[in-house]
Amino acid sequence: MLARQPGLLACIVLILAVLVVFCIFPVIRLFVATLTNEAGRLDLSNIRHIMEATNFFHSLGNSMLLGVTVAALSTLTGYVFAFAVTRTEMPGKRFFDFMATMPILSPPFVISLAMILLFGRSGIITKNLMHIRNNNVYGFGSLVIVQTLALFPLAYLNLKGMLESIDGSVEDASRSLGASRWKVFSSVTLPLSAPGIFSSLLIVFAKSISDFGNPQVLAGNFSVLSVDAYMQITGLYNLKTGAFMALSILLPAMLAFFIQKYWVARKSFVTVTGKPVGSIRLIHEKKIVAPLFCVCLLVSVFTLMLYGTVIWVSLVKTWGVDMSLALKNYEFVFKRGKDAIGDTLTLALIATPITALLGLIISFLLVRKKFPGKKLMEAASMIPFAVPGIALGIGYILSFNTRPLLLTGTPVIIVAALVFRTLSVGVEAGSNSLRAVDPSIEEASAVLGANNLTTFRRVSLPLMRSALFSGLLNAFVRSMTSVSAVIFLVSVNWNLLTVSIMSEIEGSRLGVASAYCVVLMGIVVIALLLMRLGLDGKPSRGRRRRETHE
Amino acid sequence: MSENKAVGVELKELTKVFPAYGTQKDFTAVDHVSLSARPGEMVTLLGPSGCGKTTILRMISGFEIPTSGQVLIGGKDVSTLPPNKRNVGMMFQSYALFPHLNVFENVAYGLRVKKVPEQEIRRRVQEVLELMQISAFTARMPNQLSGGQQQRVALARAVVTEPSVLLFDEPLSNLDAKLREYMRDELRKIQQRVGITSVYVTHDQSEAMAISDKVVVMRSGVIQQVGTATGIYTSPLSCFVADFMGKANFLPVTDWNGKDTCVVFGRPVKAALAEGTDPKREMVLMARPENIILCQDGPFEARVENATYMGQTFQYVLSCQGHSFFVADYGYHTGGIHGPGDTVHWRMVEPSLRLLQAEKEDNDA
Repeated sequence: MLARQPGLLACIVLILAVLVVFCIFPVIRLFVATLTNEAGRLDLSNIRHIMEATNFFHSLGNSMLLGVTVAALSTLTGYVFAFAVTRTEMPGKRFFDFMATMPILSPPFVISLAMILLFGRSGIITKNLMHIRNNNVYGFGSLVIVQTLALFPLAYLNLKGMLESIDGSVEDASRSLGASRWKVFSSVTLPLSAPGIFSSLLIVFAKSISDFGNPQVLAGNFSVLSVDAYMQITGLYNLKTGAFMALSILLPAMLAFFIQKYWVARKSFVTVTGKPVGSIRLIHEKKIVAPLFCVCLLVSVFTLMLYGTVIWVSLVKTWGVDMSLALKNYEFVFKRGKDAIGDTLTLALIATPITALLGLIISFLLVRKKFPGKKLMEAASMIPFAVPGIALGIGYILSFNTRPLLLTGTPVIIVAALVFRTLSVGVEAGSNSLRAVDPSIEEASAVLGANNLTTFRRVSLPLMRSALFSGLLNAFVRSMTSVSAVIFLVSVNWNLLTVSIMSEIEGSRLGVASAYCVVLMGIVVIALLLMRLGLDGKPSRGRRRRETHE
Repeated sequence: MSENKAVGVELKELTKVFPAYGTQKDFTAVDHVSLSARPGEMVTLLGPSGCGKTTILRMISGFEIPTSGQVLIGGKDVSTLPPNKRNVGMMFQSYALFPHLNVFENVAYGLRVKKVPEQEIRRRVQEVLELMQISAFTARMPNQLSGGQQQRVALARAVVTEPSVLLFDEPLSNLDAKLREYMRDELRKIQQRVGITSVYVTHDQSEAMAISDKVVVMRSGVIQQVGTATGIYTSPLSCFVADFMGKANFLPVTDWNGKDTCVVFGRPVKAALAEGTDPKREMVLMARPENIILCQDGPFEARVENATYMGQTFQYVLSCQGHSFFVADYGYHTGGIHGPGDTVHWRMVEPSLRLLQAEKEDNDA
């Protein structure tokens, strides 16, 4: 088939080439760098040296401990939220749904920053309210709290989708057979949602050990590999050691990701039939709803308090000393940080449409076309998402610092990192919406004389409109808030907001850091509103035509 | 859209092998199928699911490329042309209306792709919408239409571009029984009025009988029999065809003179012999349920096992010497009703009986 469609063939070859260069090659370079010596020969002495000389195993253990703890807590919290929202008559569901999704859109380490502001050495709670001197907020405990709050939304979305797709009539059937609420839950709902639980555990685990921003700010003496890798490279200029450490979190993270993707997803009991699931008899008993409500409320209020603190701090003169309102932090941000804001916006605005469109084209090819190299394309588009940002960043500097691919220092490398890091989300959104579209609709277009391009443009793309918008939004937000993948790629000429925030936190200028965070969140919220407007406001083609012909 | 433009469709030794995939072996979906449809003719491919009928349709439309053999439309070999270059019209099982376009734009789509001038688009779309009696719904979106209306829009969209051949992929299977019958007659009427050569795929024999000039019965990728609906129903060539095209009883033949006389349940019976019969093999007697008549003076005797009231008929399951068979009794108003356990007498309408080769796999008669 392919030979007769040269346009399609060219498109596939081009995309495969780009994916190999930007998604697979950097990871291969990472492996090569750790396994060879300066002369380019296979040499494992470097690894042995790292294992002996540094506290590698200690950090590895810490990373894993953190990952497992956060995965368990996040999944539990996510399940409570998801169950309460989908299965009970709890009041304020919309609010809780919002609270459980919002942290995904927020820049990283806003929560970490708030933790320091509230519970740190001069924290408003620890110092001013509880009069604890020199409270040490840094370390494992805080990190667990912060990562759980930041990552439970992933578990929530996953589990909510899972619970929503379980046919409520099986629960009704169990109940009509005489089972108590608890029996229904333990014998039907819980086992049916087990695949969702496993996949949440795996995703959160992978994201936790990959996380760089939060540990960098909050880990203190609790060493983890992502931060160690960063230190090795920026502090000690030891690229090989950094690469090896990055690789040590890359492997478990990727393993968890792909197990989740291919194994757990297949274990799912839910089949998508396109048939609307029967309405579920919601749980109204007070003794069940009340405790769930309390947990959700507690988590939500705590999250709101953290975000509120950051906004508040950004608006006062000197936190903990002079609490009068002032805009001096913002003056500083807009004067000194003007370039970073401009650069971030520019790069994000370049990366966003590329990511969204490329994502949709790839999803179209994967779902609708048969071609050799399809598996490669699928895997390649996912790798940068599965790989820890730090590892991707190191892979990029290893790959693109020599001709002919000399890109370090240029904005191209940052845009590339942003695009490919987010690509998978766009592909996923596109694939899901395309799978819901009957392929014969596209065949109808072909039979009526349209070629591949026309069909994609006039039929597939309009039908993927919501996926396009969610792809755009996701790409933009992730580009704006990304830190780990780009921290090695920024240069004097091209700086990013997130990196500025981090250096302000490191310099203990927390007021300025807070102002930066608020600006960043503001931009994200504006983007969100604009996308909403775009999705709802624009009349669809069909509707516009209607007026013409009536 | 006039009859004189209609062209024929010809399939020559058409074969499609789906290559081995994963644990599955090579699969021959269509096996050397040769077939022709005269200009303006309605040909139906009839067969159980997996018989290759849809694959043939997809090879005519261009969604599958034949492994070997040719597809000729109007004498031109189109076997390797992509679907958008073939000028065929297609009705999909799911209608496949563009959900984001209104009725007018759905129908106009093919003309717009072909860059027909706007004036002409309007004229032709209006014309075809009137022909289908849906001009009142021009501005509706597909999801605001009933199943029957969607069907008409799909047909309008398929014929407006004046394709050289119209393909139907089980277009009525999503409708409820009453509407299906109505739309079936509508489809046939419009097809005849437009005079377009058509290939229709279905697994419903009554649909095939009602709609087509020519019926092609298929099984496992191979044509079993080609003919008119009456021809196939009255003179099936095999037990499979007899059973698929309507209901059939296969009665055991204990003796056979090699020609048109055989012995069934101990009595000689005259029956037409199917062509190409191998005299060495076992035979059965095919009798349609309506060709078995219950009557007092019938030479055969049987016991009633089951009786079902169908309105027009009483349907009985009779048992004779350990063999069960169906009887459709149209004469119950005068002949009376029998209950399970009753003994009845019956005869057969000899001119309609056929002697067929027994098939190895047991066909549930």
